[in-house]
Amino acid sequence: MFEYAPAPESRSVVDIKPSYGLFIDGKFVDPTDGGSFKSINPASEEVLAEIAEGGSQDVDRAVRAARKAYEKVWGRMPGRDRAMYLFRIARLIQERSRELAVLESLDNGKPIKESRDVDLPLVAAHFFYYAGWADKLPYAGFGPDPKPLGVAAQVIPWNFPLLMLAWKIAPALAAGNTVVLKPAETTPLTALLFAEICQQADLPAGVVNIVTGAGETGRAVVEHAGVDKVAFTGSTDVGRAIARAVAGSRKKLTLELGGKAANIVFDDAPVDQAVEGIVNGIFFNQGHVCCAGSRLLVQESVADQVLESLKRRMAQLRVGDPLDKNTDIGAINSAAQLARIRELTAAGAAEGAQQWSPPCELPERGFWFAPTIFTGVTQAHRIAREEIFGPVLSVLTFRTPAEAVEKANNTPYGLSAGIWTEKGSRILWMADRLRAGVVWANTFNKFDPTSPFGGYKESGYGREGGRHGLEAYLNV
Amino acid sequence: MTATATSARSDLSELGRSETALRTFLHGLPGVDQVGAEQRAAQLGTRSIKTTAKAQAIDLAIRMVDLTTLEGADTPGKVRALAAKALRPDPADPSCPHVGAVCVYPAMVPYVAEVLRGSGAGSGRPSGGPRQPDGVAPAGLGVVHLASVATAFPSGQAPLEIKLADTRAAVAAGADEIDMVINRGAFLAGRYSEVYDEIVATKEACGDAHLKVILETGELATYDNVRRASWLAMLAGGDFIKTSTGKVPVAATLPVTLVMLEAVRDFRAATGRQVGVKPAGGIKTTKDAIKYLVMVNETVGPDWLDPDWFRFGASSLLNDLLMQRTKLTTGVYAGPDYFTLD
Repeated sequence: MFEYAPAPESRSVVDIKPSYGLFIDGKFVDPTDGGSFKSINPASEEVLAEIAEGGSQDVDRAVRAARKAYEKVWGRMPGRDRAMYLFRIARLIQERSRELAVLESLDNGKPIKESRDVDLPLVAAHFFYYAGWADKLPYAGFGPDPKPLGVAAQVIPWNFPLLMLAWKIAPALAAGNTVVLKPAETTPLTALLFAEICQQADLPAGVVNIVTGAGETGRAVVEHAGVDKVAFTGSTDVGRAIARAVAGSRKKLTLELGGKAANIVFDDAPVDQAVEGIVNGIFFNQGHVCCAGSRLLVQESVADQVLESLKRRMAQLRVGDPLDKNTDIGAINSAAQLARIRELTAAGAAEGAQQWSPPCELPERGFWFAPTIFTGVTQAHRIAREEIFGPVLSVLTFRTPAEAVEKANNTPYGLSAGIWTEKGSRILWMADRLRAGVVWANTFNKFDPTSPFGGYKESGYGREGGRHGLEAYLNV
Repeated sequence: MTATATSARSDLSELGRSETALRTFLHGLPGVDQVGAEQRAAQLGTRSIKTTAKAQAIDLAIRMVDLTTLEGADTPGKVRALAAKALRPDPADPSCPHVGAVCVYPAMVPYVAEVLRGSGAGSGRPSGGPRQPDGVAPAGLGVVHLASVATAFPSGQAPLEIKLADTRAAVAAGADEIDMVINRGAFLAGRYSEVYDEIVATKEACGDAHLKVILETGELATYDNVRRASWLAMLAGGDFIKTSTGKVPVAATLPVTLVMLEAVRDFRAATGRQVGVKPAGGIKTTKDAIKYLVMVNETVGPDWLDPDWFRFGASSLLNDLLMQRTKLTTGVYAGPDYFTLD
């Protein structure tokens, strides 16, 4: 046997302070009316730092600082100068990428190979990409002189903390807006390190404000009368509440919400690569991915072979220490999320689906869930309808392309879908009919800053990324 | 594996009798998505193999090396030196294992045989003796195998009779492994039966010697072709499938090896017969070799992590393995002059 020795990435590259304040008007400040909370490492339950919880007065301070920066500096700054700052931030992210990657894995639980090879390169790429747009907005297709909106309130989730920050902040700043961003309460650390990078880049005070906290802080940010734009990524329930809160106001809104994507494998698919795509689709980032391919729709005539290959491949997945460079699946982000995954998998088993996981030893401390597939799932099962947001795949079968489309679309969500076939004409036929914002063909979970991303139906509205992503931050 | 393979299980040995059956079978194999295969190979390349795992991997890689010289300028003196190195790669360290085989042109086989025969059994194989694959007699050779290229290597562009005579001569001179080249011209022209029949005939000419079938993947160009050629070579009776001659610009790559490993895995599932894999050409560093071993480990598993089932066709790789081995045992890098140049 060839056993891989532990290969841990050193955590000494990152210096975590015992406590962090709020980042308002270019400085770290103590909250005036908020308390504090702890951010823990989900792989060990060790406390990483004490984080300030922003209250409504803190949010008000942050919005005022953002307004002032918008009116006095950033909103009137020529695009080429804004670009200079964004390019500088992008380069600093690249320079400090190892530090950011380690911190992301510590705070979020995702494997270092993903934070290092996926998250951080994409974060830098987003800033580079939108830096390039800052002085070319008249050519983006939104009129000869598109104007920014003003102050953007942005609330982001815990699954890709720094990447979601980049998706929100880079286009907002490129278009000339200033921002107040609230990171998720379980993963605030990389956003706070990003604040230090803003200082290092000499970004004018107040252009980026980061107010940490939980749901109440987020509500205060979104509902503040001084914001012109609200952007939210997270659950559909919270998204609905935000849409209600913003309704009737002048605030422009974009929502990127949940998903229950179908990954559709036809009988002529390249089997080995399809299996990789299935694994990547549902086990990437512990399945904490809104566009995860959480429903495998496999043509019945090849279902047995595909499942056999999938199980063999799953047995190779290495679950454990997120900082080990050979770990494929890290820790579940929080106790609450683990409870949610357990509840839904218990429902799956109770409703009669067959549960399977490869033999794998889970660490004793921390939040862990073995990679799991359910076979014999039907459209009527909860695990086929509700977003699990964990490493749990529901397997369904279909007989014809039309049935595949029907089942794939039979969900309130519509964020993404995957098609696996060697037939190009079928890919186009399917893509025309799938009601999903992103359709991947013979691949899955591929992201690029030039490519717009967003949902149909209850997966939200508005697009992030690409030229389309600018529209959300321009007065058009 | 595939519907084709499973349903055809009982007929696999009959496939070679009909051009139509062979073509239908090979074209019914599932396709390979190029982007996906290359991405998977790259992912496996990011595994971090350190400390004890690295030491284990280096010793295994040394035992898997087919120490090769295939030059017009090869002489008896040159190949004798190479054979001596194969037996004792690191003269300073008797615990260092010997390599898997020496690989030369047919004319050089007698000189290598002299050196290897003299070595006898028990010359320090670390983990028990070699496990002989079915039907391969060591024929008086020592523990290091003697491989010879044959069949008008590297182009294979000679009449079949000459290729077979080439093979018989190499075996008669003492080779117990034959590295043949497939007829790429016939393969690319779609004359699969011709390729198949040549492999069958060469296998027969090998007698008890082990047959490695070189696909020359750099000339097949697509992964779909690599998968088909792999199956063709296995169906025709090859004991090993090998990527390259080392004589065309594109030699072994990780994605090509991945596709071939998937083929031997699926072939064993379909037929029960295990076939070995040998990437050759362009593998120069320990880091590269370890990437291949990780790929073997995670694609086909420990059954193939053995010199009987996986080999590296290489020459300069060995010294890098030795250098890294010394670094692990002593903690410091020794200069290149501490390792023999043969």
